Amino acid sequence: MADDENNGIVLTEEQKRQRRRRSIAIALSLGALVLLFYIVTMVKLGPGVLRRPL
Amino acid sequence: MSLMSQGVELTGADKALVARAEPSVAGVGDYLALLKPRVMSLVVFTALAGLAVAPGHLHPVLGFASLLCIAIGAGASGALNMWYDADIDAVMTRTRNRPIPAGRVTRDEALAFGVTLACGSVVVLALVANFLAAGLLAFTIFFYAVVYSAWLKRSTPQNIVIGGAAGAFPPMIGWAATTGTVSLESIVLFLIIFFWTPPHFWALALLKSDDYARAGVPMLPVVAGRAVTRQQILIYSVLLAPLGGAPWLMGFAGLTYGVVASVAGFAFLALAWRVQRAGDGPAGDAAAKALFAYSILYLFALFAVLLIENRVFAFIGGAGS
Repeated sequence: MADDENNGIVLTEEQKRQRRRRSIAIALSLGALVLLFYIVTMVKLGPGVLRRPL
Repeated sequence: MSLMSQGVELTGADKALVARAEPSVAGVGDYLALLKPRVMSLVVFTALAGLAVAPGHLHPVLGFASLLCIAIGAGASGALNMWYDADIDAVMTRTRNRPIPAGRVTRDEALAFGVTLACGSVVVLALVANFLAAGLLAFTIFFYAVVYSAWLKRSTPQNIVIGGAAGAFPPMIGWAATTGTVSLESIVLFLIIFFWTPPHFWALALLKSDDYARAGVPMLPVVAGRAVTRQQILIYSVLLAPLGGAPWLMGFAGLTYGVVASVAGFAFLALAWRVQRAGDGPAGDAAAKALFAYSILYLFALFAVLLIENRVFAFIGGAGS
């Protein structure tokens, strides 16, 4: 908000609402990707993911 | 202060200019629309068939992740296509409400979105499945965005014939994800979609030829005329009908598929013949509309039977033995 005011740009309510929805969609997509990568890693490597030199 | 939010009436290029200057009002739905979800659904379905029919085993999780990558890659192609074609989309009734010409998403946003998804889907498919499948996906995206959208679409009436290859690759990518190879069977699946594309799109082009003419897109009815287009539809349908039965003749589909492909192929031919005979006018439009609608059903039916036969019948057969 402070940055917006410094730049002289004031977002309309609609712009704020859409930005929030986009942010939530990005967050959900990233969360889903984390989950997908975790499951794929488990499937591809299985218990082998733990068998490595410490 | 936002011009668009003030309800100022803007059209075409003005909308795009104002959208570029203002903070984004793009909703999540606009970004989803950039992915061309209807095209994506057919891509996913044909890729699933290729993936499932291929000999060998792919873990369901890896199969799901591969399909997701193929779907996202197809979506990225759609976004890049809309980025490049925003100018002609703005003058065609069928496409003027797409997110870019409507002023809800800027071209730069669509480009960034498309490139990000394209790179991500290819890299993840390489890690999840194999490099061949990822390479084919990368080539498909390149073919659709650069060869078709940026080059062929505006330069030749054969645009959708050659460009149709982009839509024909998904079952081959699915097959490659499972087997790590490109075999004759996957090439046949490619060819079915390749020869299906011209009659499908030219039926639509017969209905929307004014739109294409206004946008300066040299679709066959615009350049060569409607009579030649109807003739070409019939020729490609004659080639497609026996090709549809090839998986059965080659032995990687069963009798059920063979019967469905034969009956559906004859129906396709009959509708293409009707388009040829109906000529111009309301009867011609109705015939083209019927062929366009049926062509979607035809492709869906062929790949659905292929999928059901290979998975469900094989499962029942395995359980019974």
